[in-house]
Amino acid sequence: MSPPALDRGAEQLLRDLAPQVLGAVIRRYRDFAASEDAVQEALLAAAQQWPRDGVPDNPRGWLIQVASRRMVDHVRSETARRQREHLAALHLGQVVAAASVESRRGEDETLTLLFMCCHPALTTSSAVALTLRAVGGLTTAQIANAFLVPEATMAQRISRAKQTILASGVPFEPPAARARAERLGTVLHVLYLIFNEGYTASTGASLQRLDLAAEAIRLTRGVRQLVPDDSEVAGLLALMILTHARRDARTGPAGELIPLPQQDRLRWDGAAIEEGVALLTATLSRGRVGPYQLQAAVAAVHDEAPSHDDTDWAQIAALYGLLERMSDNPMVTLNRAIAVAMVQGPAAGLALVDTIAADGRLANSHRLDAVRGHLLELAGDRDAAVAAYLAAANRTTNRAERHYLLTQAAALRER
Amino acid sequence: MKYMLMMNVPGKGPYQIGGWPKADIEAHMAFMMALNKKLAEAGELVGGEGLAGPDQAKLVRAGKDGAPLTDGVFPESKEFLAGYWIVDVENPARAHAIAAEASAAPGPGGAPLNMPIEVREVMSGFPPELP
Repeated sequence: MSPPALDRGAEQLLRDLAPQVLGAVIRRYRDFAASEDAVQEALLAAAQQWPRDGVPDNPRGWLIQVASRRMVDHVRSETARRQREHLAALHLGQVVAAASVESRRGEDETLTLLFMCCHPALTTSSAVALTLRAVGGLTTAQIANAFLVPEATMAQRISRAKQTILASGVPFEPPAARARAERLGTVLHVLYLIFNEGYTASTGASLQRLDLAAEAIRLTRGVRQLVPDDSEVAGLLALMILTHARRDARTGPAGELIPLPQQDRLRWDGAAIEEGVALLTATLSRGRVGPYQLQAAVAAVHDEAPSHDDTDWAQIAALYGLLERMSDNPMVTLNRAIAVAMVQGPAAGLALVDTIAADGRLANSHRLDAVRGHLLELAGDRDAAVAAYLAAANRTTNRAERHYLLTQAAALRER
Repeated sequence: MKYMLMMNVPGKGPYQIGGWPKADIEAHMAFMMALNKKLAEAGELVGGEGLAGPDQAKLVRAGKDGAPLTDGVFPESKEFLAGYWIVDVENPARAHAIAAEASAAPGPGGAPLNMPIEVREVMSGFPPELP
């Protein structure tokens, strides 16, 4: 006979509490890997005992207590002799003190854990994996599957990341006020990468795969609750929601890429667009505007346009202009070239593309040729457009994009 | 980003490992196994295999009825794929560094082979949607 299962509410509660509990345990014991094992055991104990005994009054305290007990066992155990000598000297004294003084709220623990997972000493791929594991509560198998690498490889990557953090000697504390903005920027970048990975990694067989984009939105919602006053956190969340709203329209029946101009706008998620626009509007009215808010604003203009031609391209060109002033990124200028072409005609857009080409930083980028192809097609220069599309197809490292560029070139040739 | 590292060796020449002294073969194999272990521990190894010799290889085409038509390959005529790795790394420079390490695998007398490793990026799924 199997024990009664957790109901959905309790399951969600466990998922929400897991990073807070992990944060609390790591703060006390520093050892990331052992703390994670201890928290896993505590979660397992909760899954077994709560359906029978009911959810305790202070579920977070209950979990921390059980996990701490496991940690103490771990520290004492014979198999952890070396850790014992090390940890006992350093931290055992703190256990008693820390257990009696519950100084911080759970949210602070989650945020500190997030800062730690997005530690500057880590490579971005390690930070991404560790964040999904420790804060997102995903299994190593789920993460490995999402990134299409073997589970053992992902396990090594995560374990390496924990070692790097332990070796860095960084205390489990929120970053100092001075470093905080920069560290929050790294956290947002990691979340942005997770979101993008949700798009790049998705192929035909994506049905059984974890939805990383949705996971990134869930995590960013969490960060927004922790840092409600940061306008770039809100901006990133709005950008994700507004981009995700178009997701269903982005793929055709054969799994092919459907670019924005050809998407069926009836398949966009109206409720998500409403949420994203409301969030963005509330944020923009508050003051300091950053790059994520500007990108979200571009996404919002697209999402609210009745069609590709009836899009407020002048506003999009202006938004990209603002973005260019904040970040010296030729990719932004390239996006502005598309908007400029829609407002002033393809020749103006092509002139801008030429200045980017002369700059040289995008010399090997397929995007330059892809945009050039698009603008040449608009200008009616068929042969040059075909050549540009093919050049882009040869350079892209992206299957879906290559397929799109090749068929675009073929269609033009046959016209 | 994922890369495929392909070890292409000529059909004839110093890469004909079968003719090496035993100690050199063992040193070469130990080097390759250590490299694989290192890549796995770094969380970078997606997969990789050494391939059986080209004299075992067949070229296969579909016949009119779809049945396989096989042809022998002529190993002395051209280079062949001896093995490959697929690695998931942070940037192209890291893929090149791994390839250079593999390239310097010890050959006869323990001297580095410096064999050519072809590095190709594995295509990803969808591009991120730019706003």
